[in-house]
Formats: sequence, structure tokens, C-alpha cells
Amino acid sequence: MTSRARPLVLGLGLVALAAVPPVGGLLNQPFYVDLVRRVMIFAIAALSLDLILGYGGMVSFGHAAYLGIGAYAVGILAHHGIHNGVLQWSLAIAASMAVALVIGAVSIRTSGVYFIMITLAFTQMLYYLGISIEEYGGDDGMRLAVRSQFPGPLDLQNGTVFYYVVLAILLLFLVLAHRLIAARFGMVIRAARSNEARTRAIGFSPYRYKLMAFTLAGAMCGLAGALLVNHTEYLTPEFMHWTRSGEIMFMVILGGMGTLVGPVLGAFAFLLLENLLSGWTAHWQIIFGPLLILVVLYAKRGLFGLLPGGGPRDG
Amino acid sequence: MRTTSLALVIGLLVALAAGPAAAAETVKIGFITSLSGPAGIIGKHMKDSVELALDHLGRKVGGLETEVIYGDDQRKPDVGKQLADEMLKKHRVHFVSGVIWSNVMLAVAPTVTQAGTLMIGTNAGPHELAGKMCHELYFTTSWQNDQTPEAMGKYMQDQGLTDVYAMAPNYAAGKDMISGFKRYFKGRIVDEVYTKLGQQDYQAEISQLRAKSPKAVFVFYPGDMGIQFVKQYAQAGLRDQIPLYSVYTVDEVTLPALKETALGQWETRYWSPDLKNEPNVKYIADFRKKFGYTPSFYGAQSYDGIMLIDSAIRAVKGDLSNKKGMVAAMRKADFKSTRGRFTYNVNHHPIQNFYLLKAVKGAGGEVEMQVQKAVFENHKDAYHKDCGMRW
Amino acid sequence: MNIFLILEQTLNGLQFGVMLFLMAAGLTLVFGIMNLVNLAHGSLYMVGAYLATTFAQWTGSFLLALVLALAGSLVVGIVVELVALRTLYERDHLDQVLATFGLILFFNELIAILWGRSALYTTLPTWLSGHVALLPGIRYPVYRALVILVGLVVAGLLWVVVTRTRLGMLIRAGASNRTMVAALGVNVRLLYTVVFGSGAALAGLAGLMAGPIYAVQPGMGEQILIQVFVVIVIGGIGSIRGALVGAVIVGMVDTLGRAFLKPMLSTVLSAPAADTAGPAIASMLIYLLMAAVLAFRPQGLFPVTGAER
Repeated sequence: MTSRARPLVLGLGLVALAAVPPVGGLLNQPFYVDLVRRVMIFAIAALSLDLILGYGGMVSFGHAAYLGIGAYAVGILAHHGIHNGVLQWSLAIAASMAVALVIGAVSIRTSGVYFIMITLAFTQMLYYLGISIEEYGGDDGMRLAVRSQFPGPLDLQNGTVFYYVVLAILLLFLVLAHRLIAARFGMVIRAARSNEARTRAIGFSPYRYKLMAFTLAGAMCGLAGALLVNHTEYLTPEFMHWTRSGEIMFMVILGGMGTLVGPVLGAFAFLLLENLLSGWTAHWQIIFGPLLILVVLYAKRGLFGLLPGGGPRDG
Repeated sequence: MRTTSLALVIGLLVALAAGPAAAAETVKIGFITSLSGPAGIIGKHMKDSVELALDHLGRKVGGLETEVIYGDDQRKPDVGKQLADEMLKKHRVHFVSGVIWSNVMLAVAPTVTQAGTLMIGTNAGPHELAGKMCHELYFTTSWQNDQTPEAMGKYMQDQGLTDVYAMAPNYAAGKDMISGFKRYFKGRIVDEVYTKLGQQDYQAEISQLRAKSPKAVFVFYPGDMGIQFVKQYAQAGLRDQIPLYSVYTVDEVTLPALKETALGQWETRYWSPDLKNEPNVKYIADFRKKFGYTPSFYGAQSYDGIMLIDSAIRAVKGDLSNKKGMVAAMRKADFKSTRGRFTYNVNHHPIQNFYLLKAVKGAGGEVEMQVQKAVFENHKDAYHKDCGMRW
Repeated sequence: MNIFLILEQTLNGLQFGVMLFLMAAGLTLVFGIMNLVNLAHGSLYMVGAYLATTFAQWTGSFLLALVLALAGSLVVGIVVELVALRTLYERDHLDQVLATFGLILFFNELIAILWGRSALYTTLPTWLSGHVALLPGIRYPVYRALVILVGLVVAGLLWVVVTRTRLGMLIRAGASNRTMVAALGVNVRLLYTVVFGSGAALAGLAGLMAGPIYAVQPGMGEQILIQVFVVIVIGGIGSIRGALVGAVIVGMVDTLGRAFLKPMLSTVLSAPAADTAGPAIASMLIYLLMAAVLAFRPQGLFPVTGAER
């Protein structure tokens, strides 16, 4: 029963996502298309974090760095007059991949709270770097005058088209992550999470696999950054602020880490709640804070655990 | 099939119901500012001033029923942009106003103007919007960022000061302030120092400063950075030795935290609570009565923003669809501004006076900023020549 | 660059380091013994500053306010431990980071509701606002000299407590093997509460000393918090000695970097390049330092042996 209920719920969710633009258009409420698009972009970021956090057990407190790098890659090319989306997004992915490789290579040597802190430290460095580079706006950031340009009907200037592009990328990453987790690569990552010594004993080098996962997650989040800057049409070092890393992490936990749908649910719950509460009172954080604590303490499996059949960790 | 057509019918009905509602005689204003977090205090000054302006207008801006929707941008440009979208597409506001930060404004203003809606900025004055990116639907009731440090540069130049030590946080606005200052100050600058954004402790920089023994110090340290710098400058015993000149550092937001520590501080500004024009006297008195504190220039500009909107709606006799008419009316700046009469430049930025202010003990024993003299009269910003708009 | 200036900047670095140490000592103890990553440590610092400022206004006495604020931070710390953090000890670091992140939001907003969002007015009594000639040629603010003194005294006291007393023995034992301490019949709950309370009081002490120099406002804790984490990570988590060494290193590197990096760079680079690179590198310096230390010593400079990560 439950095993059948879950795909049904997920299928319904997918249909609902796909239906947002036409329904929003019908109800004459295009704002919700923008809102859900932003949520899906953060869902991609949260999903990429979940790969290393939920499955790999690497508590990266600096994941916002790649959001920033992806955004800057697009912004910097646009600043120099290159609006080609393929180039922009490739650079976003390549640059965040490269940075993740360097950060990962140093960080994965450490563990526990040292890992949390060193990933945070690297992101702080990038944040201050962003503030200092005057050419690209410094703290003020830069405006993206034109969204990334793609050939054919893929016109991101059109909000609905952009919406479906984001949705497609989210789905693609969900499928990709699903295959990855089930593959040998995912097995090693998960094995290393539960027992690193034993993983090593059976002949795998956890370091290499962890580093690969870390780099991959960085690249995915970099693409989310490229999407975010297209959505906002503006970029600032603020994308890399440490509280932003905390927020992405909270999305993962809220939705249920170590699951694929969890981060997506988490991004929805977090951003919609923030939107709702901040419209209601300026002191919304006094509600938000304890809520965060309660979720961590009592809803360990996150929202995903509330879904029918949303049992403990699986693929 | 049947469900689709049913949905269509419902959708059409909703659309029809929503259509006339938007055109009804209610003016909707979206006011975006920072309400949570450390900058929330500035947002409070602005929001309280908007409320006071509404009171003064009998809660009817331009004679129409008025609804103001406040949005908290959390000082983040992407949140600001989302709020702007929400204001435009969900609430369908007729005006968007507010915005403290330059970077938030650079994300918000184009979103609003591209949607064909009027944007009335009430603080941020990034040079892009005064120059190349100027827009006929964008007005500001504040200033262009550089104007204030230009006034300080002019004053210090006129005083024949030299050997000045300049300091600012290491970010875009900090560099703009120093370059605005240098546009009018031609004396010798001993050193230019840029500190970390959000830095708390300036003792190291103050030691360096003292070692260079400058004749005067010019700084830009907004918000809490200003509180910390001014405190530490005074504690280092430099207050009596080297005069401290600043912009956006000591104002009615930071004065309650500084009090005597600020005594003797020089600032330049286009406005001060003690400006003796009729709208300002009324604004200050009623504000103190209603909210129990003295508003800052952030508040005065926001009050002006609502008054500017009021003047525009009255000019078109409540016809909110007449954007051209409202733009034409706003260009006249025909309202009672808290700074006194002013005119708009081609780029919709005010041409206005700038004053030298000093922190002194007021009549009530409280430390307050008082106008000393006008440094600039009818001062234009440096970027209006880059703006292609003509009218 | 004269020798007096270098000496003065060294003092500034020491003063900043001492301030960091007061924060770091509590944080590192709590981590070492309860295995708790407490992001809300900065909130206790904020509480200390607010209480001291408010008590100073009520009583009109700086010293009385200090004592009351110290007691107040201790009480707040104990309450937070009992109500919120106790359940977190057995959780993993991730849960702790998130839950205490939630506490930060809560505390900042609570303070904003109780005291308003404006920064508070703080001042120094006249007997603390003058200058002393520490050496001929160096006139140093009395208050900052006092901060250095207090910090060194606290460091000394902590050393005595940790190495010479029964409590210290338990703390050291707890840091290296918690399960064993519990098995030996020590009241671990009480030990936790005592340690957390003292950590809170130390953070409160740092906060109340920071009050007259910095802006007392909601969110003030986070500005210093990240630097404190850098300190304890460099020092080795759980080690008081590491916290002291780390704090002084970070204080020195940050201060001297801010003061001398630009002049040094301008001897090799063009003036505009030094103007740009100097402040940029100075603001990243402590993070670079931390990354470098961890790259070579993944457990920090003074790893606490036997502690579970």
C-alpha cells in the first residue's frame, strides 16, 4: 500500500509543479511562478548539499560558496559582453567544480567540527574576495542586464520558459542523483559515512570518492548559482554569506536529509514559510528560530518522513 | 475535458473579478525596507515616517483610499527583487517606494520600472541610476551617494585644510565616498585606508593614523561601524587633537548610542531635524509626539516620498492609469518637502542644498546635530550628464 | 615604521587576542567536554553586553553592573543549558549547528523586542577613560590596558582551575573520555551545567568588556563568533592552552595584517595595487591562516588526545 502511495504522491507533486505557470496565468497571479521558480533553484542547491551531507556525511557549512561562484561566472562573462548561455553555464559549472576540488582536497583531510569550520572559512574568504573586487561591483554587486541567451525557443527572458528550464534541471538532477546513489560510487560514499575504516579495509579509498562527491555537489550548486543570478538579474557577494550556507543546510534537514525528495520539500517549506512569516511580522525570526530547533529535536526525518512510505533513508 | 473547461471558466471569473478590483479607487503603495536584523532600526525610522505621512494626509494619499504594503528585504538584493515581484504581480501596487541599500535598489528599481510602475526611492542613491540607468519612472527623494561627501570635500577645501587622513570600509560605497570627497577636496591626503566591511575594532587603524599625525580626519562609517569608530576615536583621546569630519556616520540613528562621544563631530547633509521650514517643524514635532524619538534623514526622505506620491495623484485627479501625467507632476516636485523647496534634475534626482552640521549640546541637554551653514546651494549630482533623459 | 608603532600594534593585537580568548575558552570547554558545537555562544556575549549596559544605567555604578551582568550571564547560560541544549549533547554536530543557529535567531529577535533595534548608549567611567604611559612614547588607553590585564588574569585562573583543582581534573578527564568519567560515578549532568555556566559567564565577561568599545546591538555576537571559531579550530578544540595560543595568534595576525600589510605591499607593488590588495588580503588573512593550519595539522595546534573528534 505505502510503497504504491509514495510514487503517487511524488507524481502528484510533479504534476503540481508543472501546473504552476498555467494555473498562475489563469488566476492572473504570475507572482507565484516567480516564487516557485526561486524555490526550485534553492531546491537544486539543497539537493546538491544533500548528496554530500545526507549521503556522504560531510557537513559542509560553506555550500553557499558555489552558489556565488556560479552566479559570478555568469555575471562576469555578461559584464564582458558574453551573453551566450552555453558558455556562461559551462563556466559556472567548471569554475565551481574547480573551486570545490581545491576546497575539498584540503577540507576532506579533516573531519567532524574541523570540517564544518574549514568549509566555513573558505567560504568566508570567497565572500571577502567578492567584496573586494571593485571591477565586479564589490559589495554592491552587479546587475545582470540580459539573462543567459540560448538558441531556439529557450528564451529565458520569458518567465514561463525559464520556469520550465529550472524544473527540467531539477528533475534531471533528481534522476542523476538517484542513479548515482544506487551506483557503486554512491555505495562507497554511503559506506564511508557509516564506517570509514571498514570502507578502507575492503579496498576503497574514501578520500577519493568523498572528494569526487564534494566536487560534483559543488558543480551542481554552481549551476543553481547560474540559475539564481538569472532569476534575480542581480548578483552580490551576499550569495556567499555564511548565513546563506546555514539556510541551505536547514532546507536539507527540514525536508529530510539522505533522501532525494527531502531537500526539495525543505526548500519549499523554508522559503514559503519565510515569505509568509516576514509578511506578517518584522519579528518573524523569533518564530523561525525556535521552529528550527523543534524540527532538529523532534522531526529528525524531516518533512519527507511525513510522506506516506517516506521511511528511513533510501534512494 | 470537462474539468479543463471548468477550470477555464473559474479562471476567467477570477480574472474578471480581479480586473475591476485593481482599477478601483484604492491606491496601493509597496514600501520595501529592511525591518529585521541589525539594519531594522533604519527600516523602523522609515516605516514610522510613512505612517506619519499617512496620518497627515488623513490616511488618503492623493485623496484616494490608501493601502501600504510593507516588505522586509533583509538587506538582501535577491529578497528585495522577490518582494518587488510580489508587490507588482501579486499586490498589483501603483507605486513601489523605500529601499535603503544601493545594491538592493539596483535589483529592485529596474524590475519595477520595466513593469511600467513608478519607483520612488527614499534612500539609496547609486550612481548608475543617476547616470546611464536613469529612467522616467524612477524618482528619488534622497540624493545621489556622492553629493554628501562632495559637500564635505568642498567645506574642507574652503577651510584650507590639508594633510587629511581618509578612511572608509572596503566596499563599493566606501570607495565612492572617498572619490566623491576628492572631487572637491584638492589638499594633500596623507593616506587612504580601507577597512574590512563590518569591522568592529579600529584600534590598530587609529594607532596607524596617530603615527601619521594628520591635520584632519575624514571618514565614512555607516551604522554600527560608525558607532564603534567614533567611540574608539574618542577613547583614543584624539577627539581634542585631530578634528573628525564624516558623512553618514553620525546621525539620529546612531546618536542615541553615542551621545557625548559624538560632541564636536562634523557632518554634511541635505537635511537636519533643526531645519526651520514649516513642513519640517511639523514633521519633527508630530513624529516625536507619536513615536517618542527623533527621526533621522532616512525618515524625512520616506515622509517626502509619500508626499511626492500624493502630489502626483492629486495632479492627475486620482487617475492612476495616467502615468505620464504623474511623471510630469513629480518632475515639478510640487509638495511640502521637509528639506524646503527643491527642484528635480533631468535624472529625477533632487537639486538641493547641502549643509554643514555639528554635534552639539542642544537646549534640552541632549546631544544633537545642528546646521552650521550651507556648503552647497542647489547642488547637482555629477552623473546627470550621463543620463539620456530630456524633458 | 618606527619601533613604538610596532610595539603599540603588538599591544593592540594582544588586546584583541585576549578578548577572543575569553570567548574561546568557554566555547572550547563546552565542545571538549559536552561535544557540543554551540553557535549561540555569541548570543551569550551579547547578553553580557546588554545586561552590563542596562545595569550600569540602573545602578549608576560600573563595577556593580559588572558583577550583576556576570551573574546574569551565568544564569542565562544555565537556563539555556537546561532548557534547550541538554537534549543536544547526544546528537551529531549537524543537529547542534542547526539548533544553535535557531537559538541565535531567537536571541537576536528577543533582544530586539526587549531593548529595541537601536544600538545602546554605553560609556566608560572617567577613571577608565584616560591614558597610561606604558613605556615612554606609548600612551595606551587605560581601558584597553585593563582588558589585557583581565584577560591574562582569567587565563591564569583558568590554568590553575584546570590543572590544580578537582573540578579541573574532572574537566580534563571529561575532555579525553566522557564515558569513563560517567562510569566512575561523577555527576556528569552537574559537571555539564557547571562547565556550560562558566563558559557562558566568560562569554558574558567578554561581552560586557566589549560594550564600551563596540556597538551594543542585536546581532553583535555573530560578528565575533566566526573569529572565535577560527581561534578554537586553530588551537585544537577542547584545549584551553590551544584557545589561548590560537587567540593570541589570530589577534596578532589580524591586527598586524590590518596595520602593516598595505605599507609592506606598497614596497613591492604599485600604490593602487597595494590599495586594493592590502585590505582584501587583510580581511581574508585569518581564514587563510586557519586553512593553512588545518592543511598541515587537521586537529589544530594542540589536539586533545582521546577526545571523540
